[in-house]
Amino acid sequence: MHTFKYLPANTVKDACDLLAQYGEEAKILGGGQSLMTLMKEGFVSPAYIIDIKCLSDLDYIRYDINDGLRIGALSTHRSVETSDVVKENFAMLAEMEHTLASVAVRNWGTVGGSLAHADPASDLAATLLALGAEVTLTRSAGDRVLSLDDFLIDYFETALQPDELLTEIRLPISSQGKGFYYKFAQRATDLAVVSVAVNLMPDPDKPKQCRDIRIAMGSVGPKALRSRRAEDLIKGQSITDALIEEAARASAEDAQPTTDINGSEEYKRELVHVLVTRSIKEAAGRAWTP
Amino acid sequence: METLDLTINGESVETRIEPGTTLQQLLHDTLGMTGTKEGCGAGLCGCCTVMVDGMAVKSCIVLALQVRGKSVQTIEGLAREEVLDPVQQAFIENGAIQCGYCSAGMIMSSKALLQENSLPSESQVRHALSGNLCRCTGYHKIVKSVLKVGEK
Repeated sequence: MHTFKYLPANTVKDACDLLAQYGEEAKILGGGQSLMTLMKEGFVSPAYIIDIKCLSDLDYIRYDINDGLRIGALSTHRSVETSDVVKENFAMLAEMEHTLASVAVRNWGTVGGSLAHADPASDLAATLLALGAEVTLTRSAGDRVLSLDDFLIDYFETALQPDELLTEIRLPISSQGKGFYYKFAQRATDLAVVSVAVNLMPDPDKPKQCRDIRIAMGSVGPKALRSRRAEDLIKGQSITDALIEEAARASAEDAQPTTDINGSEEYKRELVHVLVTRSIKEAAGRAWTP
Repeated sequence: METLDLTINGESVETRIEPGTTLQQLLHDTLGMTGTKEGCGAGLCGCCTVMVDGMAVKSCIVLALQVRGKSVQTIEGLAREEVLDPVQQAFIENGAIQCGYCSAGMIMSSKALLQENSLPSESQVRHALSGNLCRCTGYHKIVKSVLKVGEK
């Protein structure tokens, strides 16, 4: 690996001060489960590495019935996967984490690092997009909060400024619903060829009617995408097979897959079609099973 | 160079390393503990699996400096004097070792699983070992070995 100056940071303030000082020449190191591979292969060679792995202030998962779920950026994937509070309130998130990479990677890698890395195939980004996530970005001067939709910009590109640190992910209570994450991959531990996350928020007063729905897709574009047209078709409606088919077709059209070793663009669109169909049915089954 | 203090297999170790040293390089190259191997070097094959504070990790993509003050357990630390760990014993008895290259990582991942879940199902074993690749055995006897340890 290239030579770099190693800078451990034990507080958020230290990390922000170091980022302010070194800016573009520095890279934050969380668990390093994405960054280490890139550095070993020579894709990135930052002069300064700001190690925040020991920043225990950012390692938490808190649930409040009014405020929702707050996850510190340094929570490992494994802690989210095994958290009772996540399983009870946002089950799709825990279920998705169970499919992410392997146990050893989940033990060390962090959710904040994963989001900041912004791999278009990220399971986490697609799932959090469906769960209406917001992220807090912190710099020395203070915080700002963005929707995840606004945070993700392009392939491996986010709204993070050089002097900012992602410190928290929040899932609002209004996003609570019944979700289903469907990852289509060749082998266990692979990145998804196509993934879909459906979060169905049922109408509490009208049976089998959907108050709101979010449909996110991973690996079919420069970043995790939502199918707004599919969502608009279903929002406020009763879920029928015909409606699901219409929404799935719209999702397949909204997706932006590229042909690669995993399949052609056409094949991936068909995968979106199939996965959205199955995921909506699964989510609906969870929402309305007596 | 940076100094690093940690515990390896119950012993205190102090060393000086280049900051870019991975935990696998520290163990294998710096300290000569060759049980922890580099296969893919990218955290995919699991040959480098060790335990840090009881958790399985891919040591080839963990920066060594991040385990300062922590307790690392490697394959070399499993046997107690001449007595093999039950997982090691089961691998031998059930024919789970062919070339042996994946074995240390497989055993460490299995050990981590059994510490968390002492009676795993077959699918739980396969899931826990999904980050460890074997090119020789086809996995069947590895999985069988882990299930046998659970049964005992």
